[in-house]
Amino acid sequence: IDLTSHIIKVYLTLKVENLGTSPASEVHLAFSPAEAEHLAIVKAAATSGKRKKKTYIPLDVKSAELPDGPNGTKFFTVTLLTPLNKGETATLEVLYILTHSLEPFPVEITQSESQLVYFRDSAILLSPYHVKEQTTFIKTPSTRVESFTVVDPAKRAGTELKYGPYEDQPPYSYSPVLVHFENNNPFAVVEELEREIEISHWGNVQVTERYRLVHAGARHKGAFSRVEYQTRPDATGVSSFKHLLAKLPPRVHSVYYRDEIGNVSTSNLRTDYRKSELEFQPRYPLFGGWKSTFVIGYGLPLQDFLFESPDGRRYLNFTFGCPLTQTVVDKLILKVVLPEGSKDPTAVIPFQVDQHLEIKYSYLDVIGRTVVVLEKSNVVPEHNVPFQVYYTFNPIFMLAEPLMLSIAIFLFFVASVSYLHADLSIRK
Amino acid sequence: MAASDAPNGDVLIRNAFGSVLAFLILLLIGVLAFSIRLFSVIKYESVIHEFDPYFNYRVTQFLTKNGIYDFWNWFDDRTWYPLGRVIGGTVYPGLTLTAGTLYWFLHSLNIPLSVETVCVFTAPIFSAFASWATYLLTKEIKGVGAGLTAAALLAMVPSYISRSVAGSYDNEAVAIFALIFTFYLYIKTLNTGSLFYATLNSLSYFYMVCSWGGYTFIINLIPMHVLLCIVTGRYSSRLYIAYAPLVILGTLLAALVPVVGFNAVMTSEHFASFLVFIIIHVVALVYYIKGILSPKMFKVALALVVSIGLAVCCAMVAVIIALVASSPTKGWSGRSLSLLDPTYASKYIPIIASVSEHQPPTWPSYFMDINVLAFLIPAGIIACFSPLSDASLFAVLYIVLSVYFSGVMVRLMLVLAPAACILSGIALSQAFDVFTRSIKFQLPSLSDHSHIDARDASSENVVLDDTIKTDKNEDTPKERMTKRSKKKEKEPVEKPPTKFQIKKRLSVLPFEASIIAVILLVLLVAFYVVHCVWAAAEAYSAPSIVLTSHSNDGLHVFDDFREAYAWLSHNTDVDDKVASWWDYGYQTTAMANRTVIVDNNTWNNTHIATVGTAMSSPEKAAWEIFHSLDVKYVLVVFGGLVGYPSDDINKFLWMVRIGGGVFPHIKEPDYLRDGQYRIDSMATPTMLNCLMYKLSYYRFVETDGKAFDRVRRTEIGKKYFKLTHFEEVFTTHHWMVRIYKLKPPKNRIRGKNKKSKSKTSSTTTSKRKGTRRNPF
Repeated sequence: IDLTSHIIKVYLTLKVENLGTSPASEVHLAFSPAEAEHLAIVKAAATSGKRKKKTYIPLDVKSAELPDGPNGTKFFTVTLLTPLNKGETATLEVLYILTHSLEPFPVEITQSESQLVYFRDSAILLSPYHVKEQTTFIKTPSTRVESFTVVDPAKRAGTELKYGPYEDQPPYSYSPVLVHFENNNPFAVVEELEREIEISHWGNVQVTERYRLVHAGARHKGAFSRVEYQTRPDATGVSSFKHLLAKLPPRVHSVYYRDEIGNVSTSNLRTDYRKSELEFQPRYPLFGGWKSTFVIGYGLPLQDFLFESPDGRRYLNFTFGCPLTQTVVDKLILKVVLPEGSKDPTAVIPFQVDQHLEIKYSYLDVIGRTVVVLEKSNVVPEHNVPFQVYYTFNPIFMLAEPLMLSIAIFLFFVASVSYLHADLSIRK
Repeated sequence: MAASDAPNGDVLIRNAFGSVLAFLILLLIGVLAFSIRLFSVIKYESVIHEFDPYFNYRVTQFLTKNGIYDFWNWFDDRTWYPLGRVIGGTVYPGLTLTAGTLYWFLHSLNIPLSVETVCVFTAPIFSAFASWATYLLTKEIKGVGAGLTAAALLAMVPSYISRSVAGSYDNEAVAIFALIFTFYLYIKTLNTGSLFYATLNSLSYFYMVCSWGGYTFIINLIPMHVLLCIVTGRYSSRLYIAYAPLVILGTLLAALVPVVGFNAVMTSEHFASFLVFIIIHVVALVYYIKGILSPKMFKVALALVVSIGLAVCCAMVAVIIALVASSPTKGWSGRSLSLLDPTYASKYIPIIASVSEHQPPTWPSYFMDINVLAFLIPAGIIACFSPLSDASLFAVLYIVLSVYFSGVMVRLMLVLAPAACILSGIALSQAFDVFTRSIKFQLPSLSDHSHIDARDASSENVVLDDTIKTDKNEDTPKERMTKRSKKKEKEPVEKPPTKFQIKKRLSVLPFEASIIAVILLVLLVAFYVVHCVWAAAEAYSAPSIVLTSHSNDGLHVFDDFREAYAWLSHNTDVDDKVASWWDYGYQTTAMANRTVIVDNNTWNNTHIATVGTAMSSPEKAAWEIFHSLDVKYVLVVFGGLVGYPSDDINKFLWMVRIGGGVFPHIKEPDYLRDGQYRIDSMATPTMLNCLMYKLSYYRFVETDGKAFDRVRRTEIGKKYFKLTHFEEVFTTHHWMVRIYKLKPPKNRIRGKNKKSKSKTSSTTTSKRKGTRRNPF
């Protein structure tokens, strides 16, 4: 269990053996309700080969219902590549990510204090199966651990807590553990992120990202003294953050960073041929509980992201998720604005999202543009995977607006000419 | 026949060509007027500037979001807490409605520009309109050439640029256009006598009333012009048509604007128009009777009418004077009074005097704002007199009045600018006219001369010698004139009234003198252009919410104001009240969306005085005042760390003065040492203990160890102190804005407990004494 940032990564290495009689093709993973609520992503992979030559084959993970789960336990099912026959074993690597699972305690801190958080888990893996042997390692960001529940055998060395090994635990056994430790990493949480990707067949993809950022750590209490913040940067406001880093696609251009009252003048863009990095500061350093909103926008060359599929349809290939590093997005709304006149949009995303369509009217639109809206909550950097939106588009629509404008100007001239030549007076 | 046809066609073509050229020039002038104002967007960003524009922007946002009916009924509870303000009834809606209409129009075409963008670019668009209106007005006065020159001058006059750069979204931005256009329609009506233009004129006047309080300038200037025309015997039916509909329709329409309402007939500012309205009717009647009676009868009638009329008039005047005198301000608003009596504001209304743009201007500011136009104006006035028409009389009157008003208040320089442009345009165009004509007149003869001498080596020199020889008699006086171009215009000016051919002969100036004069004039204009571009780029484009400074290690951006406002808007409760000096009220409501106690609409002097008193009181008294106003945060602007001069300590003088004006326990001498506000070791104890000093300098000494204030260039008087009733909750990066929170009343109760404990202990002892006494 990796607790170094506010995004908790749990790596499980499972060695499963089929003790039953019939071949098993599925393995169930169990999560407590509290965990399930904060679960962002579950990934599983089958490993094969020896230590050095380990290969990972990703496996399908689906949520499932099991009838005998106690107390609202949630299940996920991992489908194995080949069903396990009796007595066979397989090794699985499971990664799941929890957000909002570190509870700051004390809830409010002053500027000079550092942030302490609680982490609650079970020393013993919650599982519908009989667990023969299990060890839990918890990695903390610093050596400062205020307290931890001792479930023998447990020991602490440096930044690592070790629980176990525990042997022969019955199914659904649970042994709550509470770790109280220091975590001064920025708890940057984007409450809502709206990404709007607008495709123009004239050669540009315009991305506009509207952020509502909050520091979700221990709330700031009492005064904020600029003197102390400026003169003693190490000792004060250690849990606050003022820099954010966004990883943008390469060949990004016309980047802007502003909020509702104008440009924010503290940003720095580094570009190279593989990636672009936008380092920027919110208007003020964010302490616990402080909020900020801003907009980042940029243009991208069309040919990098828009392709034609073999069946003649076009598709946009873009990255899902939030470009900010180390942030959790509570609610991500991704809007793909297709050019005016495009039809039959379909989105292909490797995970479950809510989808619907909207119409947007932009510059001089008559029939409006189709917008594919994808919504997902609890997004972590691991969701930054490509997705595709397919649609059909007739290039003639590209000319609609220029033609419309030129006709309007032409009509205006014709009207002026006819007005000048017409005599509207009643009497001669 | 053919011979006569050809010139006709030639003239026609030339006219057509001329009008196309004029049209193109006008178009380019419009583009120039628009683009010279974009320096602020290019150098800084597309953002609303300064203070008042933020309020207008906020109102526009409300209008576009809620519609026009909600706008009229809008009661704003975000400002003047706990009083609030009825926005719909107290705001000049012209600008807001204009931008709102623009916004709706664009959105009906599906052009999704934000309200902010529309607001930012409203002013440049309307300055293009204003320069076109100037063209029309000057064309009515002195013809196309003067019109184009005046339009070009107005497009870049620094005084107007200062109020209409992109982002300066203020009433003046559209009002100057409305002002010039109203004048144009008035002159047009005067020249044509068309009722159509008279109606348009009152509509345009209505737009002006909607836009700016400066409409009183129109409603006083036009009557004065009418009166002047009548007195100088220029009465005509055209004058009547130009004036009477304007008064009736204009007043009716003006009364429709909520902020004006019955003021359109009740206040003294409008009184002149009605008086002149009566006079013009009397005069019209006299002319009419004169027309139908024989001269003898007329004399008899006149004697009769005058004697009766005088009696009636005396009675009327007596009644009116009694009515006006019964009101304390004589029916004049404070600002108008301070126009009539420049010392009025500083004597009675410190709040008007405290605004820097209400101060009288200095001489350099004239040169800064209208530049060479200041020297061209006299020439223009003379040019106006040469053939004095009703229209040129108007121009003269306009310049004379606006020069006076601009001398009283800096901001009224804005009214002077169009007049200066019109007259300078007339002067320049007349001068060019004369010089080029005299060059043209001599050119054929010169070319003949040069043909003869062409074979000689330096034909030009010879030509020059020739002309010098021929014109030697006239040469010396005229060369003197070229040195002072101002004088030059006198010469041409006298010629236009005389007939064309005579004029041609009379106005011929020596060839080389003309050439030199033209070159000098071009240089003069070029200097003007350079100055205007410099002023637009350097002096007037700063948005004042973002400050930049150049130093050795590059450009520094001070974005502290928005940092503070953003912090307030995101990290305080929606209903928290923020107290600051009134300058920052509009910005706080617009950018931070928090309720303020006072703002830039200084309608309630007592309320402002309350805040001023709190700022100049010691901490505890200030806390009590703020607490009684339900204030949660106090915002002060402090420039001492980075040297930002217009901070609250420098404005403190006005806080004391305004506060002391209402609450006499604040005495200005308490804060003064040797007649000066000082914050160094010589400062008075009252000064060192007042809230403003404490909030500004709290923990300031820890920055550099000496607490050196870079604005006042001194070390502060009291360096180490603690705040007991306030706590610092936010200070921006460069310390320019500091926000303090009022500590909850718990502290006070604890303090009271201590006191009350001591009190109770004393009372208990006395009680004990009592109880001891009682049993016996």
